Amino acid sequence: MNHADLEKTYESLARKIDEVGHDNSELFLAKLVLLLAHANGNAIDVQQFINEAAESFDLPGG
Amino acid sequence: MVRPAGRSETDSLYFTYPHFDPPSAAQKNAQQSAAVAIVGAGPIGMTTALALAREGVRSVLFDNKATFNDGSRAICIARPSFYILEQLGAVAPFLEKALGWTMGRTFYRGQKILEFHMPDSAEEKFRPMYNLQQQYIEQFLWQSVNASELIETRWQSEVTHVEDVSGGTRLCIRDPTGEYHFDADWTLACDGAHSQVRKMRGHRLKGENFEGRYVIADIQMDHDYPTIRRALFDPACRPGGTVLIHRQPDNIWRIDYQLKDDESTEAAIDENAVRASVASVLEELGYNGAWELEWWSVYTANTLALDDYRDGRVFFVGDSAHIVPIFGVRGLNNGLADAANIGWKLGWVLNGKAGETLLDSYTPERRAATLDVFANASKSARFMTPNTHGWTLMRDAALSLALSHSFAGELANPRQMTAFTYSGSPAVLSDDLAFSAGPCAGAMLPDVKMSDRYLSECLGEGFTVLCFGAELAQGITEACRKEDLLTVVTLPDTVAGTFAAGDNSAYLVRPDMHIAGRWQSVTAEQIVQAWRDVTFHTDLV
Repeated sequence: MNHADLEKTYESLARKIDEVGHDNSELFLAKLVLLLAHANGNAIDVQQFINEAAESFDLPGG
Repeated sequence: MVRPAGRSETDSLYFTYPHFDPPSAAQKNAQQSAAVAIVGAGPIGMTTALALAREGVRSVLFDNKATFNDGSRAICIARPSFYILEQLGAVAPFLEKALGWTMGRTFYRGQKILEFHMPDSAEEKFRPMYNLQQQYIEQFLWQSVNASELIETRWQSEVTHVEDVSGGTRLCIRDPTGEYHFDADWTLACDGAHSQVRKMRGHRLKGENFEGRYVIADIQMDHDYPTIRRALFDPACRPGGTVLIHRQPDNIWRIDYQLKDDESTEAAIDENAVRASVASVLEELGYNGAWELEWWSVYTANTLALDDYRDGRVFFVGDSAHIVPIFGVRGLNNGLADAANIGWKLGWVLNGKAGETLLDSYTPERRAATLDVFANASKSARFMTPNTHGWTLMRDAALSLALSHSFAGELANPRQMTAFTYSGSPAVLSDDLAFSAGPCAGAMLPDVKMSDRYLSECLGEGFTVLCFGAELAQGITEACRKEDLLTVVTLPDTVAGTFAAGDNSAYLVRPDMHIAGRWQSVTAEQIVQAWRDVTFHTDLV
């Protein structure tokens, strides 16, 4: 994925999150993650990304 | 357990509960002690007694009721349990009455998202699962128990105390005519989830309680749908909740529906509320005909177990030792496996065919099986009744995605019960790493259809050695002394593939059909020694 593709993904995500609405955005993102994880095919990567995405949240015990 | 207004506890639409009298004075005088006392004549107590009788061991069953169980409501019997029933000579009425099934369907908002198939083929002797009401299970076991000369049953007899005495246990029994003592070398507590023996002995179950509550109800209706387990997620009749539907014999249907957090249990089990909820489920199923309510109850999922299933000369068997969630139908099946396990082991020890150390393998084998059940059932329970925001969100994401993607539907697969592999047990030898395939040491023996019969029908009453070459088989027979109780079976080449076996390979199979050990290449002397090892013959010298 080059920079232009990434920018396109960023924009379509923002639009889709607004489109599904505040009440559905969380479910929408969870579905998207399952789809991407299934398509990605590498369980170790997925596990690492799950942890990386949570790094900024200052979790107890993290 | 509640029945509709105007009907007593055992007033069923379709089943006549028997009435059992307490024992007579003559009966009690005739037998004041036994090798084994079994507390609780439910399905686990009766199966344990039959397993001991198979080994020629006499037992006395005590039960505080005057009829069969009316509280516990198991309906699913898994394939491994059918092998247990067959070994005990009790399977015929089960096969005749029970409804075999092989598949389940899961729906989300009315749309099918998963159809799962349990392993089955024309090569299999039994179906992967059967549905049968618990009172029939008890009735069919009772037919065998009642016919056995080695089993005495004392109904209306409550065990009020279990005391350790030198070399055994002393029970205090209370029946309608008074109290008396009964001495037993061993006591087996098969008295269920609310075990009094467990309380008397000061033991507690430990583990987790899940929050989801279900109403479970049986109804009678003329509903035309095959025996397929149906699970409904977020259906119109229970928005946000789950519903399970199972078919049983006699036009009886089991309906389980989840209660919402804000629904009080008390209001939910009111007869009118149950009728209204059931009616809405039936509407969702497209059933418009007449139906009758048989009984209902409320249920919460738990994963609870004892740390040790043994306390001196007292063993805990079935729900007295562990409580598992309904999802995956492992309560009864896990208990039947306990019963078969302690039955042959205690039988062999009492007959002097195995050393007493064999009994130390009961807890590790059966408790490990329960922990495995917990792991699987907890997954199912979290999917059926997620109790946090995260579990709920991911469950909903999987269901929503499953409408268009079958991989996500697999997350809703309930992972039904399979036999547990006893690896690492003291009564199982280390697996031979020279094998590249075939069932490993500790696994339940896979059955194979041969030309005229099934492999399971060739097994001996005790341990069996499966050989794949005539020379080794002959050698083992010659190496056995009179006291070495081994049945030697030579299998045809057509079966060798299933076992990844060559001419000098062998599998040693225990009386409970679990593999005690296997060897890619072995001598007759090694086999005989292995048998002596797993039966702890050094204890006997």
